[in-house]
Amino acid sequence: MITVKDLTKRYARTTAVDHISFSVAKGQIVGFLGPNGAGKTTTMRMLTCFFPPTAGTATVAGFDVFEQSLEVRKRIGYLPEAPPLYLEMETIEYLRFVGRLKGLSGPDLEKRVTYVLDRCAIADVKNKLLGKLSKGYRQRVGLAQAIIHNPDVLILDEPTAGLDPKQINETRDLIKSLAGDHTIILSTHILPEVEQTCEQVLIINKGKLVATDSVHNLQARARGAESVLLEVAARTGTFATSPVQARLEKIAGVSRVALKEEFQDSAVFEIEASKGQLVRGDLARAIVESGWDLNELRPSAMSLEEIFLQLTGSDSAATVPSAEPPPPAQAPAPEAHA
Amino acid sequence: MRSAWIICRRELDSYFSSPIAWLLLTLYSVIFGFFFWNYLGDFVIEGIEMQMSGQMQPMNVNEQIIRPLLANTSFLGLFFIPLITMRLFAEEKRNGTIELLATSPVRDIEIILGKWFAAILLYCMILAFGGINFAFVFRYGHPDWKPMLIAYLGIVLQAAALLAVGTFISTLTKNQIIAGASTFAACLLLWVFSWVSGYDSSSWAQVLSYLSVPVHYESFGRGVLSSKDAIYYLSVIFLGLFFTARSMESLRWRS
Repeated sequence: MITVKDLTKRYARTTAVDHISFSVAKGQIVGFLGPNGAGKTTTMRMLTCFFPPTAGTATVAGFDVFEQSLEVRKRIGYLPEAPPLYLEMETIEYLRFVGRLKGLSGPDLEKRVTYVLDRCAIADVKNKLLGKLSKGYRQRVGLAQAIIHNPDVLILDEPTAGLDPKQINETRDLIKSLAGDHTIILSTHILPEVEQTCEQVLIINKGKLVATDSVHNLQARARGAESVLLEVAARTGTFATSPVQARLEKIAGVSRVALKEEFQDSAVFEIEASKGQLVRGDLARAIVESGWDLNELRPSAMSLEEIFLQLTGSDSAATVPSAEPPPPAQAPAPEAHA
Repeated sequence: MRSAWIICRRELDSYFSSPIAWLLLTLYSVIFGFFFWNYLGDFVIEGIEMQMSGQMQPMNVNEQIIRPLLANTSFLGLFFIPLITMRLFAEEKRNGTIELLATSPVRDIEIILGKWFAAILLYCMILAFGGINFAFVFRYGHPDWKPMLIAYLGIVLQAAALLAVGTFISTLTKNQIIAGASTFAACLLLWVFSWVSGYDSSSWAQVLSYLSVPVHYESFGRGVLSSKDAIYYLSVIFLGLFFTARSMESLRWRS
């Protein structure tokens, strides 16, 4: 549905977007993730034909954003970072105006207006002035405006920015419910949002694409082999860390044992196992049988947050996981984010 | 051109849902009404004086009221035009709604024509409000309506030209006050360029005085349809809208 090849945008002194290439299949929700100023908005503005790229090409539904800009614009719904509302207009009047602008008229227009009022839950403010609406309502009117002409592609720039937690959830649910009919690209710098709403993630930093993958694979890749956090305590008497460490290292399949934290009568170890080895049972048994207490045992999966920091941090260049294929052993792991 | 009309209607709605249109209509009616009252007063006093002195001369409503009144009030456009055009693009840029227009399946020229045409329609409504005064002249006298219509055509053409200049200036900034003040300065300069012909007759002065806006109104004011002057107005309109289009294009390349 969307194909982007070597897309580049240069300003007088800076390169905002630097040779980005990716493609999005029909009906997918893709999260465009990056710190502020990474080039997310610039990329979206090129896709929506707000301005042309300096170099490279992008096609939406088979039409080039530069050569066939009007055709692309007919097929795109766009919600900019600040919803583009005329504050002196009433909600319904505004939606009618946008609908007409996108080529709707007559009964079709009225049908779509009623539909989006209902779909975005803004029917109760349809006769209010947009200037009098709260932030959450304005955002939803912005979303309604983007879907009014039933576009193939939806491009949403930080759709949940500035909303309260309840509104954020409502907006996310709304966006999720729109997938399938529409191909959606949404940008955000909030990680849980991507984990919750998107199937695919594009991580962008300083204008460059640093990773493209599904949320699940990204987590799996960054984790590599299984690693486990373990808190061990003495049952009686004094506690020393070295015998525990020695005992753990003897377990088959354990490749590394590191002392993470040490308290008066307990300590936290991080254990890494070789690929494909499940050592949690062995660890628990060894500890208990040796006369220590097992206070805690949990897998230390990297959150998307850590992956993100790892990818976009200053020392990221060497550790981009997208350079290598995902380890096959991780593939059938259960879906953690339903 | 359907899109241009959609945009034009929204602009007009927006003028009338904010106090701008109502304020301009009111101000114009008050000022024009005062002008009208003065010219009518002069006319009536002159008539009475002539009757008392017994020297009857033919009096002409067209020549003594309508023509000087319209010539003098056409300069009111100088103040009203910047107030009309300053928001056209500046407000859209400030509110971010320009992103909606620029990513809708609409050509830039349709956006520009829609906005400019809305400005002209608003200006025509303002003129019509002032024009109501002439109902009295037609009720109690028998003026010739054709020269009056041509004079009004001249005023509208003149306004359309300056509105195109104002539309262009509005694309250059996000700030409505800057847009308004610059438009006022530009219109004022275009208005007074002809002054140089008073003391200078070089070709440079002739060019400047040709560029002057009110010079080209004179024939319309006399009730003469002059294609030479109409061409001047049409060229200013064309240039103004052409630069607006270039400016919008550069907005896309630069922003």
